[in-house]
Amino acid sequence: MSKEENTANRPDNTAFTQQRLPAWQPMLSAGIVIPGFVIIGVAFIGIGVALFVTSQNIQVLEKDYTGIETNSSCFKCTNPRVKNCNCTINFSLDKLFEGPVFVYYGLSNYFQNYRKYGASKDAAQLTGDLAYFTEPSTSCVPYQRDAKNKPIVPCGSIANSMFNDTFKLFQIVNSGNVAVPLDGKGIAWWTDYNIKYRNPTTNPLKNAFNDTVKPIFWPRPAYELDTTNAANNGFINQDFLVWMRRSALPNFRKLYRRITEGEYAKGLPAGDYALVIGYNYPVKAFDGRKKVVFSNVSWMGGKNQFLGIAYLVIGSLCVVMSIVMLIVYAKFKFPDEE
Amino acid sequence: MLCRRLNRWLGGDESRVDSRTIYVGHRPSTTEAFIPPKFCDNRIVSSKYTVWNFLPKNLFEQFRRIANFYFLIIFLVQVIVDTPTSPVTSGLPLFFVITVTAIKQGYEDWLRHKADNEVNKYPVTVLENGRRMGTESEKIKVGDVVEVNEDETFPCDLILLQSTRDDDTCFVTTASLDGESNHKTHYTVPDTEKDLDSLSATIECEQPQPDLYKFVGRMHIYKTDREPEIRSLGPENLLLKGATLKNTQRICGVAVYTGMETKMALNYQGKSQKRSAVEKSINAFLLVYLCILVSKALVCTTLKYVWQSKPGQDEPWYNQKTQREKETNLYLKMFTDFLSFMVLFNFIIPVSMYVTVEMQKFLGSFFITWDRDFYDPEIQEGALVNTSDLNEELGQVEYVFTDKTGTLTQNNMEFIECCIDGFQYKYRDAVSELDGFSATDGPVSKLQEKAGKEREELFLRALCLCHTVQVKEPTGRGQDHTDSMAGVDGMEGCPPPHEQTGFIASSPDEVALVKGAMRYGFTFLGMESKKMKIMNRSNAIETYDLLHVLNFDPVRRRMSVIVRSKSGDALLFCKGADSSIFPRVRQEEVEKIRVHVERNATEGYRTLCVAYKKLSPEEYARADADLQAARLALQDREEKLIAVYNQVEAGMTLIGATAVEDRLQEEAAETMEALQGAGIKVWVLTGDKMETAKSTCYACRLFQRGTELLELTVRTLEDGVRKREERLHDLLLEYHKKAVQDVPPTKPGGSRGWSKPSQDFGFIIDGASLSMVFNSSESSSSHYKNLFLQICQNCTTVLCCRMAPLQKAQIVKMVKCSKGSPITLSIGDGANDVSMILEAHVGIGIKGKEGRQAVRNSDYAIPKLKHLKKLLLGHGHLYYVRIAHLVQYFFYKNLCFILPQFLYQFFCGYSQQPLYDAAYLTMYNICFTSMPILAYSLLEQHICVEVLLDNATLYRSIAKNAMLRWVPFLYWTLLGVFHGLLFFFGVRFLFGNPALQANGQVFGNWSYGTIVFTVLVFTVTFKLALDTRHWTWINHFVIWGSLCFYVIFSFFWGGIIWPFLKQQRLYYVFAHMLSSASAWLVIVLLILLSLLPDILLVVLRKPLGPRARQLSENCHPQTFRLQLLHHYPTNISRKESSGGHEVVEQQEQHQQQEPFRTSFQSGP
Repeated sequence: MSKEENTANRPDNTAFTQQRLPAWQPMLSAGIVIPGFVIIGVAFIGIGVALFVTSQNIQVLEKDYTGIETNSSCFKCTNPRVKNCNCTINFSLDKLFEGPVFVYYGLSNYFQNYRKYGASKDAAQLTGDLAYFTEPSTSCVPYQRDAKNKPIVPCGSIANSMFNDTFKLFQIVNSGNVAVPLDGKGIAWWTDYNIKYRNPTTNPLKNAFNDTVKPIFWPRPAYELDTTNAANNGFINQDFLVWMRRSALPNFRKLYRRITEGEYAKGLPAGDYALVIGYNYPVKAFDGRKKVVFSNVSWMGGKNQFLGIAYLVIGSLCVVMSIVMLIVYAKFKFPDEE
Repeated sequence: MLCRRLNRWLGGDESRVDSRTIYVGHRPSTTEAFIPPKFCDNRIVSSKYTVWNFLPKNLFEQFRRIANFYFLIIFLVQVIVDTPTSPVTSGLPLFFVITVTAIKQGYEDWLRHKADNEVNKYPVTVLENGRRMGTESEKIKVGDVVEVNEDETFPCDLILLQSTRDDDTCFVTTASLDGESNHKTHYTVPDTEKDLDSLSATIECEQPQPDLYKFVGRMHIYKTDREPEIRSLGPENLLLKGATLKNTQRICGVAVYTGMETKMALNYQGKSQKRSAVEKSINAFLLVYLCILVSKALVCTTLKYVWQSKPGQDEPWYNQKTQREKETNLYLKMFTDFLSFMVLFNFIIPVSMYVTVEMQKFLGSFFITWDRDFYDPEIQEGALVNTSDLNEELGQVEYVFTDKTGTLTQNNMEFIECCIDGFQYKYRDAVSELDGFSATDGPVSKLQEKAGKEREELFLRALCLCHTVQVKEPTGRGQDHTDSMAGVDGMEGCPPPHEQTGFIASSPDEVALVKGAMRYGFTFLGMESKKMKIMNRSNAIETYDLLHVLNFDPVRRRMSVIVRSKSGDALLFCKGADSSIFPRVRQEEVEKIRVHVERNATEGYRTLCVAYKKLSPEEYARADADLQAARLALQDREEKLIAVYNQVEAGMTLIGATAVEDRLQEEAAETMEALQGAGIKVWVLTGDKMETAKSTCYACRLFQRGTELLELTVRTLEDGVRKREERLHDLLLEYHKKAVQDVPPTKPGGSRGWSKPSQDFGFIIDGASLSMVFNSSESSSSHYKNLFLQICQNCTTVLCCRMAPLQKAQIVKMVKCSKGSPITLSIGDGANDVSMILEAHVGIGIKGKEGRQAVRNSDYAIPKLKHLKKLLLGHGHLYYVRIAHLVQYFFYKNLCFILPQFLYQFFCGYSQQPLYDAAYLTMYNICFTSMPILAYSLLEQHICVEVLLDNATLYRSIAKNAMLRWVPFLYWTLLGVFHGLLFFFGVRFLFGNPALQANGQVFGNWSYGTIVFTVLVFTVTFKLALDTRHWTWINHFVIWGSLCFYVIFSFFWGGIIWPFLKQQRLYYVFAHMLSSASAWLVIVLLILLSLLPDILLVVLRKPLGPRARQLSENCHPQTFRLQLLHHYPTNISRKESSGGHEVVEQQEQHQQQEPFRTSFQSGP
């Protein structure tokens, strides 16, 4: 019998077929885990402290201006029959509010994450495709066409319900009110502004909107959203972009303006301020609240105590557990030391 | 059943007849209208589909599976109802699964088509009106005379009419049918015309039936001037389709069964599907998850309407309803909402789990086939996997039912001694004298003149004649073999060349006996045209006419031949089991031989008694006539034959007895001990005698010295004066008291076997007593059965001897259906084990010497018994752990995938807003998390194989489906819930202030989902990494690769405006997430926090785990090892080396052992 014959049926002797692939067999022994836990714990505590301190240093000023309370200055505006209502909220800073200061508006009990609401837009229209100006997607119903069957541009619930309160901030100084310049640039994602949303190439922009109507709720058509800056109109209006990025939770805030110009770029100096609100957006019907938030940001974004505390807790938990384990192992006299 | 169904198809008259009539050659020249019976053509159709029906038929079959159907329903709901996720999310995976399965099945069917075509278009030669016509195989009709040349396969089932060999035989190998590669002799129908043209005959034979070894028929040969002659046809005349002609130049035969009615085609039917216990667990878990799914959907639907009932919530001004929504019926809305939630959460039951489980089983089974430890150099084959569905069942076995002969023992018979007229002849004596074989003059001295020379020679002649052994043909073909052999044998003084391998027989006992006779000087030279040639001590050649062979069957337990000597005397030689011979011989002879037989039996030898009888011419004539008549009978042929046999084999003279040793299989004892150590109960089921079987059990150490044997056999039942039934009752009660009631209750959790210090019991029962237990009067039967089962379950070993094949299956079934439905495994090598192999949960065939039926019907086939140890303790254990982990992990990862989506409903007004993007929903199970678990489930060795083999107790740790019971399931479910809660609320708190970027910009809902999803993918993968104990490069590649793929995919998916997408929801979401330090921090935090409990569990389990193991290793296995060392010194090196888990070292050990092993095998 030849040798070849002998081995013809014999399975291959490879590491794989014989399940003998060289393998790393990690053993989570006390010698690794206890120091590991200590290191992780210490690192987490370190990060936690950094986060906590950072978060503590962020200054936040929140002003609810819904006007539920009768003594609130905005109470008068809650009546839906009142049009173009303005109200003023006065506040004073006793120390420098460090810049750059970000102005947010916040809404609560507002379900921007409602599925039907979120689907109610026409993405093709928003990329400037004129074909969809005349024939908006059916997903926009009931904000697809107006009563005269004219197409609504931009169509859909999201666009229709765009936040339209306005804020003006004045510092009250001896000589009178000094307007604090609010910068509306760079509040939306760069990719949204430059790539995802596009205006039709028609020039002037207004012509593209012929035979269409503005969303029912809007005071002005899309091409006149920003009367001060012609480039900030249509679908690439920054406020519009911010609004179109739906919030994740029913209580949310969205970026409204930044204070980056002039002498206020370094922050709001201590003193008295008046916030003049163009009160247009109704929230009372659904028990919502509106607020305006002044905040500065750090490398971790806005103020968020949660992360710092969580890191501190987990870090100390790790350290505690490593101590517990040390005791347990000391009792068992390290049985896995072979 | 099948026959009947086929009959129905055939229609017409045929359907009512049990036989078919075939006209050969010229039609009978009767004037009556001749209606040619319709038979199917010779086309083999093994394929399931045609090009036209493939799509509908395949789809129909696939959607008959409950899981596929469920996903189809979900898909349809998504298409019809306005649901949160697009139909693509569930349609794509379903389409993928269906397509892959369809491609696989289509490919297999294409292969079958090809194979069918190859067979059907095979050129054959048909004799028609004296001319040889070439045609295609599929055109053969029943009744055609077909010519087949050497080394060709038969195109259909043929009755052999003519052979080119002189002795009217031909040789056939049925390797492709049943795997037996030896040559089988088939005979032509006696006295048929040499000229087939003028042959005119009809053949009556039974309707097609799948049994390869049964055929009954009758051939009427019409001659012009004479009465029609009738010949009986048996399986020896039938050449089966698929068999190959060997050593014969050409044969002609008439087709009797064609196409789908051939025995091969009838045997093609698949076996019934066995389902594993794991699958049952999966189904139970599925049900739980289905309940979770439905309740989630219900909760959400209810809460939605509760929430909406609050004024202002239902339809805020910014989100007004469409006209249609307002008009829809409230209850219909509720229903569609419910369906929408179902669709949203349906990912909790993943399509991919089925695919992954199936893939794991299919690929995993290769490791058994590939295992070199299962390779047996003797038969040059490794293990064979017939079904991959039962891999994990190998790790769950609680009862092993083993055959004795050929399984525990080698079935390699060696002639040990014989006894003639009460005088003992040790073979050992003869060994030395074998050299003196040429001294032809002293035959008497060799046998030491204990019995008379007459009797000695009669005995040896009986051994030489009473068998069905063939002499293996030398490599030359055909006729010249006898000449050449005679030439060799003619050389004085040379031992015959075929001493080692020269004989082929269906049973190795016969070869041993023929060889034994050869040692004593009587050599069987072979058969030539019904003449048996033997060479006697004086080297003279004696010839005997073989008149009849009364075949062996397990019921009679004997066989006989009737020969006519030169002198013209008709002699009947009979050999068989003592119990079947003793009642048929004169009683005065019995006693002196019985002593020897019993002594031999207790030594573990197989004993046969030999008797003879001289038939007077009248007696012979009558016997001859009866035999012929019985053989021609079409109905009840078997019964009639047996009746005639019993009549002929009576009043014989006992000459002597033989003892043949059947050696134990290599490492049989070690294997059995390992199985018992693993908590498996071993039951030996054998057809053999009690004494022989008992001694084998002792040799295998199934019974130990301290074992108390409880016997329930004919012997113990019959010692009293009372009736058997009463005695049975008493004994059962007594044994029950002893073995069940008096034993202190053992701790639950399967701590049996040798960890228990109390008395071991062994139970012995024989076939007759067993049938009494099973068949006693109605009322007591179930009671007895219960007692019997309880006794057996409390015994370490049960020996059932004198079992008929069906009784074996009965026992297996009884245990299988007993309380707790334990997993059973049957192992056997012979046809008599097939029934129990099919009955048990797992059937294992040994590629032994008794043909291949067992292997064909088994689920797994291994070359040797010793391989069972690795198959169960190694592969079985690993497969079980792998698949159990796979299943639990799959449920877990989908629970923590969907739970955040469920929780999100509470924050989005129950509006079915998906948390994750559709791409993530779709890809999660297909791409991001599927590969690591597949690799794990193929490669994981949580304990390396060598340790598993050395510590059989480890097998008990997974007994009773330990990893898939409700407690571990609950653990995994809670873990999933914990992770899900953590992921969702962790991110929820982070989003308390959504301004997470350093430039003050805010994140939206898709960022939220993406952060949760990122944490999810990483945690789930790391959880698996934490569970992986065996990191090969594949694991590394797949785990880190999956994570990399996720990151790259996310970049890619969000980095491009995809023209086919309506909404670019994830555009740059992932990149923005990565630009936020807070997102990074929360991801790291949540991953670590999720894994913390697991790390803690692993670490805190450590101080207890190894200690417990060390403890058990120190106590019991130590003694176990010492025993092994004592008995098996060759295993020392292996045992000791296994402490260090050095792979290389192990391999060296193997190589060192190899030569020793082979020499050990080829030695005797």
